[in-house]
Order: sequence, then C-alpha cells, then structure tokens
Amino acid sequence: MDFTLLLFFLLAATAVATALGLLLSRNAVYAALFLVLNFATVAVFYLLLGAPFVAMTQVTVYAGAIMVLFLFVIMLLGAEKLPKGEALPWQRPLAIGAAVILFAEAVYLLVQRVRLTAALPDPGTWENSMESLRQMAGMLFTDYLLPFEVTSLLLLVAMIGAIVLTKGERAVRS
Amino acid sequence: MTLANVIEWLVKGLVWVLILLGGFAYLTYYERRALARIQVRVGPNRAGPWGLLQPIADAIKLIFKEEFMPARADKLLFTLAPIITLTPALVITAVVPFGPESASFQLFGRTITWYIADLNVGVLYIMSIASIAVYGIVLAGWSSNNKYATLGGLRSTAQMLSYELALGLSFIAVIVLANSTRLLDIVEAQKGMWFAVLQPVGFVIFLIATLAEVNRAPFDMPEAEQELAAGYHSEYGGMKFALLFMAEYDKMIAICTIAASLFLGGYREPWFLRDTVLGVDQTPWLGPLYVFIKVFILLFGMIWVRATWPRIRYDRLMAFGWKILLPLSLALVFLTSIGMLLAEQVNPLYQWGIPLASLAAGFIAILGMYQTLRRKEYARA
Amino acid sequence: MIPLTYYLVLSAILFTMGALGVLIRRNALVIFMSVELMLNAANLAFVAFARQYNAFSGQLFVFFVMTVAAAEVAVGLALIVAIFRVKHNIDVDQMSSLKG
Repeated sequence: MDFTLLLFFLLAATAVATALGLLLSRNAVYAALFLVLNFATVAVFYLLLGAPFVAMTQVTVYAGAIMVLFLFVIMLLGAEKLPKGEALPWQRPLAIGAAVILFAEAVYLLVQRVRLTAALPDPGTWENSMESLRQMAGMLFTDYLLPFEVTSLLLLVAMIGAIVLTKGERAVRS
Repeated sequence: MTLANVIEWLVKGLVWVLILLGGFAYLTYYERRALARIQVRVGPNRAGPWGLLQPIADAIKLIFKEEFMPARADKLLFTLAPIITLTPALVITAVVPFGPESASFQLFGRTITWYIADLNVGVLYIMSIASIAVYGIVLAGWSSNNKYATLGGLRSTAQMLSYELALGLSFIAVIVLANSTRLLDIVEAQKGMWFAVLQPVGFVIFLIATLAEVNRAPFDMPEAEQELAAGYHSEYGGMKFALLFMAEYDKMIAICTIAASLFLGGYREPWFLRDTVLGVDQTPWLGPLYVFIKVFILLFGMIWVRATWPRIRYDRLMAFGWKILLPLSLALVFLTSIGMLLAEQVNPLYQWGIPLASLAAGFIAILGMYQTLRRKEYARA
Repeated sequence: MIPLTYYLVLSAILFTMGALGVLIRRNALVIFMSVELMLNAANLAFVAFARQYNAFSGQLFVFFVMTVAAAEVAVGLALIVAIFRVKHNIDVDQMSSLKG
C-alpha cells in the first residue's frame, strides 16, 4: 500500500474519531480539546494537499485563537457540565435520520455530479517556495481585494458587537 | 522521502532536544547566579566547583519527590498538561537555522545542514506553535480543580491571546523588511544591517510581547505568588512540576534563539565584521557560535528585567497590550511598508527613514502612556 | 496518489457530524463548536479542489471562511456570556423566554 494513502486513512480515522469525541463527550472542556485535535488533523491534510500557508493559518487561527477563546469562556462560566434536564424523546432519532439523509445527499452531489476519479496531482517542491506565497498574496490583494476589505469590515463589526454585548451596566459611569 | 532523511531528522531533533534539556538545567544555574550578583548575594556555590553541579542536585531532588495528585483533579488532563506545555517549547525552534549553507558538512555521504526544517512559511510556523503554547498552562490550571490554579490559567490565556497580536505584527514588520517568510532568507537579508537597527521599536515590542508569552517577570501574572499562591502550578510537585519549570526555561531559550534570528542577524556576524576573517562568509563554522553568544546576551537581558522590575498590575497589563502595543505595532507595519516601498522605488537611502519614523512613533506611544498614567482616575482605578 | 473523491467524502462525513452535533447537543457552547466543525469540513473541500485545479482561489476562500468563523465566534461567545449573566445557564432548552 502506498505510504501517502496509509497516512490519509490514518488521519481520516483520527479526524472522524475526534469529531465523534466532540459529539459524545459529556464534558465541554473535553469536547473543545477533541475539536482542537480535529483542527490539527485537518491542518495536516492541508500539508498533504500542498497548502502549507493555509495549514499554518489553520493552527494559528482555529487552534490558537478560536478554541482558546472557547476554553476561556467554558472555564470562566464554569459551564463544563450541564445539569441533566429532560430530553425530548424524538429528538435523537430524528436528528440521526436527518444527518443520514444529509450525508447521502452530500456524497451524491459531490461524487456523482462532480465525477472526479482522477488522482490529485502530486504536490511538488514548488509549494515550499517563496514564489507560491507571493503569487497567492498577489491574488489576495488584486482579484480578491473587495472580499478582503469586506472581511475587515466584518471583523470590525464583530469586535464592536462583542464589546457592546459584554460591557454590562457597571461600565456606565459619570 | 527516504529512510535516510527520516533518520537525519530524528538525529538532528534529538540533538537539539538534548541541547535544550541541558540548556534548561544550566539556565536555572545562570539565572540564580546572575540574580544573586544583582542582589549582592553569592548564589549557589556549594555543589561542585563554583556550584556547577547544583542543577544536577536539583534534578535528583525533584526526581525522588513523591508524585501526588489532588483528589478531585481531572486525572488525565492533570498528567497530560505538563507534557502539552513542554512540547511547543521543544519544537518551536525547528525552523531556526544555526549556521549558513556554506557551513554544511559531509557525514556518511550526506550533506548535513545547520537547520532541522527549511519551511517557506517558517515565520508562520513559529507563530502557530507560539499560539498553541497556551493550552498546557490553561489545562494545568483547570485540571487541578483549585480556584487559584484556574484563575492563573485564565489569566495566562487572556494575557497570551492579547500579546500574540503585537507579537504577530512585529513578525510582519520583519517579513516586510526581509521580503520573505523563510528563516534562512530573513537571516541572510540581515547581511548588511540587523533588523534590530532598522526596526528598533519593533524589536522592543517583540521582546515585551515574548516576555508576556512566556509569563516571565514583569508579566508573570499567572503565577503571581502574592495573589494566587503559585498560580497554575500550585498543585504540581515532583517531576510534573519539573516539566512545567523546564517548559518555562526552554521557552526562554527558544524565544531568545528566534529573537536572535529575526532581529539580530542569527548566525550572521555583526554587520561591521562582514568582510573580515570573523565573518561567516570566510569562516562558516563561526555561525553557531554567533547564535550562542546572542542567545546568551538576550537571556541575561531577561534575567536582568526579572531582577529589577516589579510585577505589572493586571488591568494595566491588558490596557498596555491592547491600547499601546497593538496600535503601535500596527503603525510600525504601516511605516515599515512605506519605507521599504520608497527604498525600492526611489532611493535605497530611504530605508533609514524606517528607524527614524518608528522611533518617533515609539516616542509618541510613550508620551501617550505617560499622560494616561498621570490621570488621577486611572492611577487609582 | 489520493483521489479527490476521498477528500470530498471525508469532508462530507465531518460536515454531517457537525450538523448532527448542532441537532443533538443542548450545551450552547458545544453547538457552536459543531458549527466550527462544519465550517472546517467546507474548508477541507475547498483546499482539495484548489489542489485538483491547481488554483489558489480555493485556498484564498479558506481565509475568508476563517475570518467569518472568527467574527462569528467573537459575537457568539459574547452572546453566550451575556445570556449566562441573566440565566446562569447555557442550556439552549432554557432559552425560551420569548415562547408564546
């Protein structure tokens, strides 16, 4: 068996297992840690796909910032374990049924309609060159300049929103 | 990828990890002796000549201590946390070059270079490893099931997230100056002039932000003993504590190595020795020696800061990070980019506008800080 | 080498698991995490397509998705903290004050 294929299946198993851990763990801190592992695994997939820049950004942004914030809020609120409440009896079977339908649809659309059976081209050494980074940056600041600026606006709005929401009454001081 | 490649990486990695472990032991000795000198004491001088065996005595003591665990602690995470803390400190320097390409040597028919990995996204690698370094401390604090430990972990999370922004932006100033994110390119770009000279304020911001990242004085809020007992490691003892301790000192060594590579020319000689026999172009094997000297001096700087500065108050720590360092480093990125653009398009002499403009920006920031601190409500808040 | 289909199926599995998490969990924070998992699955598909067509657009889209995720988390966590202050609970079943 091909080494890369073996690596792929190993990583895929890890990704699915950590996602399952997120779904099933009782403790929210463990759920967050499973998700961190999942993000790290996906970052390795990006490396396999010849996208080192995206892989590093994935680790920095998702694992290093977003999930740290999640952990911070979980620990701050002490919300790692919820008291048991009465669950809706039909919720779980219905959700699983809906998920199965969603999965079937997604696979049908992606695999049948895209119809790509060819193997991915081998990532060469080019991905590890400065030239590839320069090209990507060039595209980001020319072809995708408008979306780039829009995301900066989005981040500003999110920042103001977060500050306003968490400020509370005590900050009003004359 | 061949088997020989894998073996080469393993051996190099092992050698570097062993250097870091030995470095940790003697860094504690170095720190205790230097602190003692600054405080007009003698410091450890009993074990062995000049106390040189003191770290080994400490290690033996820690190994034979009883391992204990709080009854209500989260057993799995309590055990894992020290390992999670130590790992980023050991792997973060994988992309740092310790010698020029010309210093590579032949061994068993293979060309051995002076770096472990050559990544085109080297700076981003450092950034991403630095950003996941927070997990160990926050998990150590939370899993101890102790109020003070949890508070220490939370403090460290907030602090590291806040100072990461300034740290990342000071990286960007370096990337702009070197026109590359590859560590080898960055070091070679400092052949003419160190980036610490071209971007002095960026260097200072980097040093401040890394002090906060490794929770060293004056930013050691997560383990402030007057407020939080010992913070996140209150419940730790024996080898687990030794691992947390080792992580802190290995992080110091790691960031000093990175600082030397990004701002002080890494393995390059000081710029005024470039064409002499002391330059690495003529004597390549001097490269690792230069890295060592630079790291040694930077480490002394960190110990000096610890010996002389009081701990900063927590609200001021956050205000300093968000209201002063972040805008200042954003301004520096802007000024650096403009300066590089002018230097490339108009006249190379314009690159000297970068240090002048950044010093002016730094002066304005200090002035603003002084004015804010003089305001009465803030002083007593 | 690995066929594109493998990546797409993996992405579909992760996306479905994220959707399942949103549907069955009641802790608002875990629901948020499941949304992140779904975004992440979409990113994986983007990068796989970028590889297939040798185009950077797919990788650049990942950046935009990450930005949206960061913005969403900032506002979402702020909302959760605000709700926790009032109700001292983050069970989504309890957030029914507006129920007629």
